[in-house]
Amino acid sequence: MTSVGTALPGPRGRGRRFSLPDNGYRAGLYAVALLVAALAVWFLVAIVIQAVPAFSTLGFSWIVSKTWNPAHGQFGILPFILGTLETTAIAVVLAVPIGLGTAVALAFLVPARIRPALSTTVELLAAVPSVVYGLWGLIVLAPVFHNTVEPFLTTAFGWTGLFGGPSRGVGLLLAGVILFVMIVPTMVAVSRDVIAVVPTEQVEGAVALGATRWQVLRKVVLPGARTGILGAFTLATGRALGETVAVAMVIGNSPYIAHSLKAPAATVPSLIVNNFGESTGTELSVLIGAGLVLLVIGVLVNSAARWLVWSTGTRSAGLELGR
Amino acid sequence: MTEAISHTSRTEDVVTVRAEEVLVEPPMGDVVMTLRDVAVSFGGRMAVRGVSFDVRAGEVTALIGPSGSGKTTLLRALNRMHDAVRTASVSGTVRLGDLDVYAPTTDATLLRSRVGMVFQRPNPFPTMSIYDNAVAGLRFNGVRKRALLDEAAESALIGAALWDSVKDRLKAHASTLSGGEQQRLCIARALAVEPEVLLMDEPTSALDPIATKRIEELVGELKERVTIVIVTHNMQQAMRVSDRCAFLLMGEDKAGELIEFGPTARLFSEPSDPRTLDYVNGRFG
Amino acid sequence: MTVVLEPPADPTLERRAAIQAAAASSLRRRKVSSSVALGVCWLFLAIAVVPLVAVVYYVLAKGLPAWSTDFFTQPTKPEGVAAGGVWNAIVGTMVITAIAVAVTVPVGLLCGLYLAESDSGVAATLRFTADVMTGIPSITVGIFGYIAIVRNFGYSGYAGAFAIGFIMLPVITRAGETAFRGVPHSLNEAAMALGARKATVARRIVLPTALPGVITGVLLAVARGLGETAPLLLTIFGNQFLQWSPSKPMEALPILIYNDSSQPYADQVQLAWGAALLLMVVVLVLSIGSRLLAAHLQKERR
Repeated sequence: MTSVGTALPGPRGRGRRFSLPDNGYRAGLYAVALLVAALAVWFLVAIVIQAVPAFSTLGFSWIVSKTWNPAHGQFGILPFILGTLETTAIAVVLAVPIGLGTAVALAFLVPARIRPALSTTVELLAAVPSVVYGLWGLIVLAPVFHNTVEPFLTTAFGWTGLFGGPSRGVGLLLAGVILFVMIVPTMVAVSRDVIAVVPTEQVEGAVALGATRWQVLRKVVLPGARTGILGAFTLATGRALGETVAVAMVIGNSPYIAHSLKAPAATVPSLIVNNFGESTGTELSVLIGAGLVLLVIGVLVNSAARWLVWSTGTRSAGLELGR
Repeated sequence: MTEAISHTSRTEDVVTVRAEEVLVEPPMGDVVMTLRDVAVSFGGRMAVRGVSFDVRAGEVTALIGPSGSGKTTLLRALNRMHDAVRTASVSGTVRLGDLDVYAPTTDATLLRSRVGMVFQRPNPFPTMSIYDNAVAGLRFNGVRKRALLDEAAESALIGAALWDSVKDRLKAHASTLSGGEQQRLCIARALAVEPEVLLMDEPTSALDPIATKRIEELVGELKERVTIVIVTHNMQQAMRVSDRCAFLLMGEDKAGELIEFGPTARLFSEPSDPRTLDYVNGRFG
Repeated sequence: MTVVLEPPADPTLERRAAIQAAAASSLRRRKVSSSVALGVCWLFLAIAVVPLVAVVYYVLAKGLPAWSTDFFTQPTKPEGVAAGGVWNAIVGTMVITAIAVAVTVPVGLLCGLYLAESDSGVAATLRFTADVMTGIPSITVGIFGYIAIVRNFGYSGYAGAFAIGFIMLPVITRAGETAFRGVPHSLNEAAMALGARKATVARRIVLPTALPGVITGVLLAVARGLGETAPLLLTIFGNQFLQWSPSKPMEALPILIYNDSSQPYADQVQLAWGAALLLMVVVLVLSIGSRLLAAHLQKERR
């Protein structure tokens, strides 16, 4: 049996097992918790301190300046911020409708028997490492884009002015599409959860009034799942913003602002990952500062997502979130 | 035996009627719906069968019986709510006027604009305002004209005895109403579509006694405007509100069947079937 | 006295007629809209599933041929020479992951235990911090690893483990908290009523009961950590030679894939595919395993 608790430490009861007194136990746990909190603080402090030289030497203008030429002391990261936003925008614009439609299909249209298998498959694919998507994108999809997709899009939509320049395969569009493929499972999984918990009685209420299936979805189910869907959207966006290697592998890595969807570009993460190894001094500090900018954006978006998902009380996809 | 009618809405009082009154049936209005040999099964398991009776205009027809006797299943067959259940199968004939409800050419969504439903627990749409809830059915059915929407909403809310309390806050969310008010909103929502028949599935079982009483009064007022078929497990309620009753009971094969159908007063005082007598005397619930 | 049925008021009949007319005339439009919209949903389902299936298919098709004894036992060879294997990358991944797990699991679980037992403001802040940590872009974590370890000690496996551990820590903490909170209070109270100290209760009652949930969380955290590339690129530098010591630069599977994918030599690209397949298989096995465990745990609870 367990020993009687006393305030004194030391071996008690049967065997030589040592058991901390309650005070020691609680203090120990508290210490660990503080340690972890300290780690987080260290993280923030370290990054800010290393980024400070960039701001003290260059001010703040480099964040919005568009020339990146370290050899000549120019560290404008605007092309990369734009690249980040543009690839994320492409991915999200594709992922939201397609993800929602897929979630609706999985929640209502797919026969009940294959529903769990199909949903699990989609969710599992969220766990596939991003570097694998990058490899596939570069070797399998890029040639397809080069030979088929981009020429087709140029012919069909060239009039929009978005498809200037030669078709290279790699570039902004491919990066956006790869990102889309990567964030769709997140969008689908979370959306499907919130759609499925809209109470049946509301669905039945609408049906009994003479609504068609689409009317039920549009007027009752989707509005009812509105907040959760917003949460899914923010989660997916957060993941897209922070994605590094898959994008770096297929975006063509050009430090200039892209003027066409087919042009090569770069994102803040791809900039950092490509240049970090050889950079020193101001450039290094700038890169770290860019990481800080990215961090701020990423943290804001993720916090908003968590709050939204939590406030609708859904089962949060807590363990499989953004990379 | 010579007592005056004491017909109250307090639950436990027994109705005493004069002998002559018992023999007077409600006048036979037009038949609005007919059921012939209706049966519903789920994946081969029979839930209710052999149901035949007529629903007459301007009356309240109650489906009564102990739980599990298939009352709700039968009710839902009348507006084809079982269409959504893959394993469900409905046989027999249900007619609304001269329309065969289950004919392949009959459109279920159109049917439901003529046969409305109110559910056991109030289910107003939470993201919509009171007004939007009231006109939701109209909008689903393609009504766009503002004038018609407003007119129907007002008439329906008046009919549901809700107009006075909500007319100044039509834009408020439906969730700001109490439980009883929400149920009346659901009734208004169903009424706004001007159905010919209104199906009510135990509409007061989730409400407090005062709200229950209000809705029972409402049912009495509404029956002239729309024929009502109501499921209730509360015998006293059936006595209070209905003109005719259909008594269902679960048989040995676990399927509900219609034991007896007739005017309420007669069913409760001189039923033909001994099982009905047992039920109304509270021998089983 | 008979009840006289009054005919319904005219406005009702008129409204009914108007409504029925609107319903009938709009029926076709409404049904077509519904079919089209639902068809679009099916289409989107296909669009979402196809690329995902394609990725798995290609990785299998191109990666499997790369698997050979050499693949698993030889380190990488310099460019131009017939590519060897990925053994050095496997070693690197294993060592780094092992170190990260060895440090993060105890710390994370203790943290989770703290959060499960405490609802103070400090706990709430910590919980929030852990949540925020999961959203930090992995490249920024890599930067931190560089600043904290590489600048002082050079590129090494330890730096990589530090970065990966940083990513895994909040996942394990939250999973631990959820698992520990799931232990019924009655068990705790019974033990304490018998006189056990809290530490004993934690060790003998809470931990064993929460173990399945904990393992699930750990498996998922490991799956997540295995797939991270960016932090490693900044911290372990890569090494074409076999290196067991974590104090030196090491190779890892994600890094190998990243670097070899853009090589002009077909042999090297094939190595990348083989490594990708290996990574994908391990990650999927861990993910599926954790799901099966979670499902088993649900059944046990009944």
